[in-house]
Amino acid sequence: MNNTVYLIAVIAVIAVVTWALRAFPFLLFGNRPLPKTIQYLGKVLPPAIMTVLVIYCLRDTDIGQFPHGVPELVACTLIVILQILKKNMYLSIIAGTACYMIMIRLV
Amino acid sequence: MKEFRFALKNTIPIFFTYLFIGIAFGILMSGAGYSVLLTTASSFFIFAGSMQLVMVPMMTSGAPLLSLALMAFFINARHIFYGIGFIEKFRKMGWRYPYMVLTLTDETYSVLCSVQYEEGLDEDKAAFLIAMLDHLYWVCGSFLGACAGRFLQFDMRGIEFSATAFFLVVVVNQWRQYRSKLPFLTAIVCALGFFLLLGKEYFLIPTMVTCLASLLLLRRLIETKEGIRDE
Repeated sequence: MNNTVYLIAVIAVIAVVTWALRAFPFLLFGNRPLPKTIQYLGKVLPPAIMTVLVIYCLRDTDIGQFPHGVPELVACTLIVILQILKKNMYLSIIAGTACYMIMIRLV
Repeated sequence: MKEFRFALKNTIPIFFTYLFIGIAFGILMSGAGYSVLLTTASSFFIFAGSMQLVMVPMMTSGAPLLSLALMAFFINARHIFYGIGFIEKFRKMGWRYPYMVLTLTDETYSVLCSVQYEEGLDEDKAAFLIAMLDHLYWVCGSFLGACAGRFLQFDMRGIEFSATAFFLVVVVNQWRQYRSKLPFLTAIVCALGFFLLLGKEYFLIPTMVTCLASLLLLRRLIETKEGIRDE
């Protein structure tokens, strides 16, 4: 298959699958009033999903091997402490990311 | 205009993540010999970071479309859960509704569930601009990477941690907002449990499904604590 045609087909296929997944809950409930259970889930799922996402982002951390996840641990601790004390999202993110980027270069 | 400033302010952390990961994707695509136009188009239409990074080596090895479709399904299946909290909000948004649904990425989702709208702001307009700016950062990053990848040889290793940092900040803020800590604890227990059981490749979807089921079981407890139980 020609490379350009192949890429266009790949884009189309992946886009359709991704869109279908994103649209799924909306298509499922259409324009009907939302059941109470779904309203409840809409309220309590976000904190659960965000917590899972953080763990998902850290999934490649190898604790068994040097540097034993220390850069991740230090950067995350810094972010949590800064966010609790200073409540400044930009500061926490910039400091945490900078700390991580420096540590993976030093160790 | 104030909605635009608000959206800009709230998406700055995403700007860095999307721009740099977008650049990385663009460089990868141009390295594999794909044109700037199609690289940019793929970011515009697909708009799913990790899937796009995975698709490049798969395409290089000439993977069949079915494998790519399955991979897209498994990597992006988590998106099924994102819409649940936004059904009522998005469907009131008129012509913006389909756009909001189709551009609901991890990052846009986390901004939308943590943002505190200011007084007197058109919330729908602000939410739309947040989604649009995130999309724009991603498309621009890919475009830049595809055009000028060779000249952008900074060592940006580790920049992807900014996304983790952002998600963690959102969790810290939510921890303070929610009186019941059960959603967080459920997520930690499920995620670590399935991680140890199934490994890093496969733990995500079972974790999400189990979280959803556990939160349904814990409903009475959580609603009482949150003060939203109406009997």
